[in-house]
Amino acid sequence: MVKDTTFGSRALDTVVHVVMVLVIIVTLFPVLHIVAVSFSDPQSIAEGKASLLPSGFNLSAYRTILFEDVHIPRSFLNSICITAAGTVLNVIITTLVAYALSKKDLLFRGFFMTYIVIPMFFGGGMIPLFLVVKSLGMINSYASLIVPYLISPWWLIIMISFFRTFPQELEEAAKCDGCNDFGTLIRVVLPLSMASVATIGLFYAVSYWNAFFPALMYLNDFSKYPLQLILRDIVLQNSLADQLASQGNAELARDLQSSITPQSVQYATLVISIVPMVVVYPFIQKYFVKGIMIGSLKG
Amino acid sequence: MSIGSNTTVAAAARTARTRSGEGLWRKAKRQKTLLLLLLPGVLYFLIFSYLPMYGILVAFKDFHLQAGQNFLTSILTAPWAGRLGLDHFADFVNGPYFLQLLRNTFLLGLYSIVFGFPAPILFALLLNELRNRHYKSFVQTVSYLPYFLSVVAIVGIMKLMLAPDTGAVNLLLTKLGLEQIYFFGLPQWFRTLFVGSGIWKDLGMGAVIYLAALSKVDAEQYESAVLDGASRLRQIWHITLPAIKPVIVITLILSLSGVLHVGAEKVLLMYSPLTYDTADVFSTYVYRQGLVNMDFSFGAAVDLFNSVINVIFLVASNRLARKLSGESLW
Repeated sequence: MVKDTTFGSRALDTVVHVVMVLVIIVTLFPVLHIVAVSFSDPQSIAEGKASLLPSGFNLSAYRTILFEDVHIPRSFLNSICITAAGTVLNVIITTLVAYALSKKDLLFRGFFMTYIVIPMFFGGGMIPLFLVVKSLGMINSYASLIVPYLISPWWLIIMISFFRTFPQELEEAAKCDGCNDFGTLIRVVLPLSMASVATIGLFYAVSYWNAFFPALMYLNDFSKYPLQLILRDIVLQNSLADQLASQGNAELARDLQSSITPQSVQYATLVISIVPMVVVYPFIQKYFVKGIMIGSLKG
Repeated sequence: MSIGSNTTVAAAARTARTRSGEGLWRKAKRQKTLLLLLLPGVLYFLIFSYLPMYGILVAFKDFHLQAGQNFLTSILTAPWAGRLGLDHFADFVNGPYFLQLLRNTFLLGLYSIVFGFPAPILFALLLNELRNRHYKSFVQTVSYLPYFLSVVAIVGIMKLMLAPDTGAVNLLLTKLGLEQIYFFGLPQWFRTLFVGSGIWKDLGMGAVIYLAALSKVDAEQYESAVLDGASRLRQIWHITLPAIKPVIVITLILSLSGVLHVGAEKVLLMYSPLTYDTADVFSTYVYRQGLVNMDFSFGAAVDLFNSVINVIFLVASNRLARKLSGESLW
């Protein structure tokens, strides 16, 4: 290819590089800043000395969170259990249902496809769903965070289209060897579909880890709270302080902030909640990109 | 609903019989494992999608939750709301909050589209101009980070950074000799914060679908454009943009149809009574009235009102797109 060295081309390159550097800074700065402040000593946070690098390295906030406060370790554990159980259940059910629907000659297939597509466009809404969950007796149980969200129609459809591309010859061969549909799925289809299964599993896992609204609607018991809901409480305290401050009660706001949760602890809680994602996402992002590409082609 | 699905069933059954030449019953028997695999899916959507659709009936009734009563029947036996069952809708539309909620929802949705829709397209176009592949994939990976953070964490980061006295932004303002701004206490800042953080979260992942479309453009097109003396800006305009136009149209339809679909989750975390003037939207009002104040019928009515508008917008924007460009969702 001819190398383009005209003025216009170089100007374009400059614009591109400037924008890219800006994107990197704007994306990373808030996260690095939060991490830096969480390791700073409380005094210098109050004086606003920490920015990108911690000022006065100090682990007291983490000591408070991990050893003195019972809520955060417990909610962390709750989140891990909910995410693990939910992801496993979702993956199993989505895979089974998708496999059945991927068969072109399935009885009433057209009807079943319509049946799963309608909920993508229209739903009963927040209140009727709450009433259903309540009348199933699931309020204040971990089941309420998982069972109503077992299948995402979106990922079900992606999984169906994936299974449809599976080589028929392999399945036929398994059938000849005496496998029934379930045996074919378990012994032949699944081992060769692990990449797709992993993709939907990761999607489900991230959405379970990040969810707070189901817990807000269905849980009453503080000891069952997932991490995101604890984090929300801390975030909301902040807005109370903001309220007071903007009404001219700056003194009162400062008192409130320091009396409820010290700033450094707020920062540290936030860091604890995002660290698992920040550490894991570079390794799993390619599955997400792939998933979104498949989705966009189908959509 | 039930009439419609019965006809579908009948039609499906007819085609099944004629195509394979075997009876329904024999086919069901042959596929019993497959149907068994399907069963959890059928039950799931029945209970958590179709049962709530039936539950919409509460919007037309004066429904109160009573202990020990069955949900299915107590909805049926509850008295109708007014003579036509439309009292809750009338109360809502004539109520003091209607116009404010409509305006807030519409403006949040509109600004999210106006500013949030072009951002990933521009980002994808610029990424496409990067020649160093490692640099490109580094920028992309960085840009995906916010997508993986929870909405609570994103709002938390904003609240801490924008906090009065201790937040980085206000410290900077003070250092520059400016007045502090109580960002989360001021209605005029709400939309900016909401839309800005939305763009921050979705920029990287939003660009993915456009980059996917761009990767399919034939390199020869660019080469012959270069031979014809086309500048890179002209190449973007005449080759790159047309290549992603179908994706742009489809994405625009999807986002236009969601202009009045502003979810409750993020707003609930960001707003406070101080900022209701600009922040309160249909979904948060449904949450407060329906779930916090337990006025299920009224809440469901507001929610249904909103959903019906959304469906109308979806159908309308789909029709518009088909007319303008020949691209459509269905």
